[in-house]
Amino acid sequence: MPLLYLAMAEEGHLTNQGMEEVASWCGITPSQVLAVASFYTMYKRERTGQYLVSCCTSISCMLADGDDVLAAVEDESGVPHGETDDEGLLSVEHVECIGACGAAPAVQVNYELIEGVTPAKARELVQWLRTARPRVVNTDEMQELFGGERSFDWGPREERGAVGPYPAFQPLGTVGSEVVD
Amino acid sequence: MTTPLLVTKRMVDHPGDSHTIARYESTGGYAQGKRAVGLTRDELVEEIKECGLLGRGGAAFPAGLKWSFLAPARPAYLIVNADESEPGTFKDRQLLERDPHQLIEGIIITAIANEVHHAFVYIRGEYSKSARRVQTAVDEAYAKGYLGSGIFGSDHELEVTVHLGGGAYICGEETALINSLEGLRGEPRLKPPYFPAAKGLYMMPTIVNNVETVSNLPHILAMGAKKYSGLTGSADTGTFMMSLSGHVNRPGNYELAHGITWRELIYDIGGGIRAGKDLKAWIPGGASAPWFVPDQHLDLEITKDATAAAGSMLGSGAVIVMDEDTCMVRAAERIIRFFAHESCGQCTPCREGTTWLEMILRRIEEGQGRAVDLDLAIDVSDGISIGLAWPPKMTTICPLGPSAVSPIMALRDFFRDEVEAHIAKGGCPVKSGGRPPETTGGEEE
Repeated sequence: MPLLYLAMAEEGHLTNQGMEEVASWCGITPSQVLAVASFYTMYKRERTGQYLVSCCTSISCMLADGDDVLAAVEDESGVPHGETDDEGLLSVEHVECIGACGAAPAVQVNYELIEGVTPAKARELVQWLRTARPRVVNTDEMQELFGGERSFDWGPREERGAVGPYPAFQPLGTVGSEVVD
Repeated sequence: MTTPLLVTKRMVDHPGDSHTIARYESTGGYAQGKRAVGLTRDELVEEIKECGLLGRGGAAFPAGLKWSFLAPARPAYLIVNADESEPGTFKDRQLLERDPHQLIEGIIITAIANEVHHAFVYIRGEYSKSARRVQTAVDEAYAKGYLGSGIFGSDHELEVTVHLGGGAYICGEETALINSLEGLRGEPRLKPPYFPAAKGLYMMPTIVNNVETVSNLPHILAMGAKKYSGLTGSADTGTFMMSLSGHVNRPGNYELAHGITWRELIYDIGGGIRAGKDLKAWIPGGASAPWFVPDQHLDLEITKDATAAAGSMLGSGAVIVMDEDTCMVRAAERIIRFFAHESCGQCTPCREGTTWLEMILRRIEEGQGRAVDLDLAIDVSDGISIGLAWPPKMTTICPLGPSAVSPIMALRDFFRDEVEAHIAKGGCPVKSGGRPPETTGGEEE
C-alpha cells in the first residue's frame, strides 16, 4: 500500500502504468494491484487536481451545516463533487467523517485539516488556492486563515505540509518542508 | 468526585510541547517502559488483567484477557489500531498528535508483556499530521535507544512501523486491518478460524489494541492495578475519553470517570444545547450505536453495563447530540449513507441492505416516501440483523452491517410519527431539514 502512494506522488494520481510498475515490484499481476487500489478511497485512479478539497458531510458535520460548506466550495470553484477542473488545479469531493467532529464542519486540502469552516471562509479558501497556489499546503496556516474553532488545542505550529493530493508522511517522502508564508 | 486526568494530563499541563520527548521524559515518561523490561510476561499480564482496563476501540473487551489469549507461537505482532473512523470520534487523533510518546511507551510495555518484537501503528490515511507526529516520536525513541535492539539496555528488541491506511472505515475492524496491513483489500476475515490472537498478521499470533487502550498502560503500571481499579469508584475502571459533538455548547474531547449521567455529560460538561434549544436525541457511542432520547435515558449512568441494559453501547466514546430542530430522517439517512459507503461488499445482507436503506430514507426525506416505507426499512434491516435488537444478531462476517441498522431502530422506537409526517406531507416537516441530502459518491470513486 505505501507503494501505491509513491506511484501517486510520481504521477499526480494512480495510473495504469503506475499500477503495472507496483505489480512488477511486488511480483503480482496488475489486476491484483487494481483490486486493492479500487478498495480504498484515497487511491485516486482518475486525474486529480494539485489541490484535493475534501468536505466532510458525515453526521457531526451535517449537524453543523457542513452541506452548506460543500455547496459553497462547489459553487465557488465550479467543480462538483467527484470532479476536477479543466486546468487540473482543484478537485472537490465530499467525504465521510474525518475526525474533526468537535469543531465541525471540517475541510481537508490534500489531507491537511481545517476545522470550524464557514461557507464564506470556504469560498475564501478556494480563491486562495486559485491565486496564491502554495507549493506546500499546511494545516496550521490554513487553519489560521480559513478555520474557526478547533476540536482541541493543536499545540505549536508546524512548517510542514502536503505537496499533492496524497498524504504528507515522512516514510513516503511526501512531506513538503518549504516555509509557506 | 473530580476525574483524575491520565492520558490527557500532559497535554493539559503542557500544551506547548506535550508531544516532544524532552517534555515526556521531564514529566516521568519512559520510567514504566524501563521498569517493564525487568518484569516477566506473567507479572505484566496479571497486572493488566487485575486493573480491569477495557479496550477503548468500541467493543470494550478486557485488555488483559485479550493479552492472555495470545497463542504461544512466535513471532507475535502488536498492531495499534489508529484507524479511528467511527463518525463522531476524534479522541485518538488528539492522543496521537499531542502525546505520541505515551503511546510508544504503551507499545513498549505491551511488547515486553507479549514477547513481541515488531509493532505496527496503523493510522487512517486522512490523519497525515497525526502520522507525522507519531513518526517523529518513533524516530526520537529510536535515537534514544528506547526502540530498536537492546531497548533500555536489555536484550529486548522492538521495531515500530508507522503505517498509513488508504481511507476505509472497515479497516478499523481488526481482521480487515490485518488484511490491509498485508497489502490486501480491507475485507474482514472469518472468526473462527482467523482470531488475531491465534492466526493474525501473516498468520501469526497478533494483538490488536486501540490507541487509547495502549496509552493508558504507562499510567496503570505507574500507579499499580489496585489503585487504578479503585480510581473512580465505578465498576468500569479507570478513565475514558468521550468525543462530544453536535449541538452542544462545548463540544470536544473529555477524559472522564465512568458513572456520571448523560445529563451531567450533556448539560454540565457539554454546556447544554446550543441557543437554549431542547435536546431531541443523542447517539451514545459512535454512529454504530442505537440512539438515546431524553425522556428515557438522560439520567442513566454512563457505564458499559447500564448502557447495554438500555439497549445501546458506549462504543468508541463518541457522543453525537441533536437538538429539537434536527430532522431525524435526515440524520438517519446520513448515518446509513456512511455505512453504505463503507461496506466492504463481501456479505450480501450488508452490501445490499445498507444501499437499500439509504435509498428508502433518501426518498422519504425528499418527499417521495410511500406509506409502506418505514415498514420496508424495518424489514430490510431485519434482513441484516434478525430481530432488530441490541446487541445485534449477526448475518455477516463483521458487525458493520448489523450496526448500520441502529438509526432505523431509533426511527421505529422513538420517531415513527416524524417519519409518517414526512411521508404524509411529502417532504421534511422539521425546521432545519430544508436542504435535501447529498447523493452518494459511490464506492468505486
